[in-house]
Amino acid sequence: MFVTSAYAQTAAPSAIEAHEGVAAGGGHEAFPPFNPEYFPSQLLWLAITFIAFYYFVKKVLLPRIGDTIENRRRTIAGNLEEAARMKEDADAAVAAYEQELADARARAHEIATKARDEARAKAENDRKKVEASLDGKLAESEKRIASVKASAMKDVGSIAEDTASMIVERLLGSVASKSDIAAAVKAARE
Amino acid sequence: MAADRVDPIHQFHINTIVPIHVGGYDLSFTNFSLFMVIAVVLSGGLLYWATAGRRVVPSRSQSVAEMTYEFSASMLKDSAGNEGMRFFPFIFTLFVFVLMANLIGMFPYFPTVTSQLIVTVALALVVFFMVMIAGFVRHGFGFFKLFVPSGIPVALLPLVVAIEIISFFTRPVSHSVRLFANMLAGHITVKVFAGFIFSLGSLGALGVAGAILPLIMVVGLTALEILIAFLQAYVFAMLACIYINDAIHPGH
Repeated sequence: MFVTSAYAQTAAPSAIEAHEGVAAGGGHEAFPPFNPEYFPSQLLWLAITFIAFYYFVKKVLLPRIGDTIENRRRTIAGNLEEAARMKEDADAAVAAYEQELADARARAHEIATKARDEARAKAENDRKKVEASLDGKLAESEKRIASVKASAMKDVGSIAEDTASMIVERLLGSVASKSDIAAAVKAARE
Repeated sequence: MAADRVDPIHQFHINTIVPIHVGGYDLSFTNFSLFMVIAVVLSGGLLYWATAGRRVVPSRSQSVAEMTYEFSASMLKDSAGNEGMRFFPFIFTLFVFVLMANLIGMFPYFPTVTSQLIVTVALALVVFFMVMIAGFVRHGFGFFKLFVPSGIPVALLPLVVAIEIISFFTRPVSHSVRLFANMLAGHITVKVFAGFIFSLGSLGALGVAGAILPLIMVVGLTALEILIAFLQAYVFAMLACIYINDAIHPGH
């Protein structure tokens, strides 16, 4: 076949092809999809384009898209891991903070207790000291009172004797003996 | 060429662009060859461009490329398991090629590569022979277990085996004709309704008014055809995945 024009080829189909064309409504020539004249050309160019595309897909496109998707998966996994690690850190920080807070609170409590105890002890001590000094002064005062009283009481006897001897002298006109008066005063005081 | 405008078959005509004849075979570079090249260059170029950023947070185009990748990967993994992933480059190529060919065909004046029977037959036969070769390489004669479903009463076995063998060998036919017929019929339907617009429009004012109905039809059909372009590419690749599963797990 040395015809070059496509129209010339399609215009001269075999009788077998022609009746297919008529059945399909093509009219005077073969229904093109069933025309075997072009099968070699279609097959050759399909093979060339399909195989070329297959190798392009296999060598370039799929590794490229696959790598991108894999890379994304890794990035997301890595980020999630990092987020988990950061959360752990944050949790640890919170725990440390709370521990410290609790410690500080305990220490504050301890300090407060100690201060209160010290203040109480000091107050107690002061009170005791004051009481002791007051007790001392009281004892001294009582001693003085007692001595004053004793000396006063001692004087009471002699005053009573003088008074009694004077009263007796005035009433009786005689002088009573000193010893009698002393015995009488003593008896009266007891 | 007024007749071409209403002739629904005209869009399937093959026109030689660069004539090549070798040993009595016509290997010319035709308009369909050109659109095979365009489909491949466009899908390859788009995917290459879309994934150039390799960004962790993908751009829209990169998202589309990755969706295509993950869609076809899950399609293959769900039907053929992890061992089937060896065929992933092939399934991805097949899916993208058929999808791109179908979608390019939706442009007016552009031929639809997948509306040529020989193209879909060739693709289906590649799948068919690949499944047979892979099945025999993996399982040797164990591959014949494919034809003997387990748990069938012995009395029924000859019948079931016969049916299984017939269904296995008719697979390339149904596989290829499904895609071919869908694309062919869809494009003919659109063209027939578009032809009504042209014919009615030449009948004067009343005809122009009447042409609105087929116009609405054409718009609706075009939308449907775009859906079918996706759907048939998916079905074609999906069936290839299911057949590959037979090569890997021949026992039912």
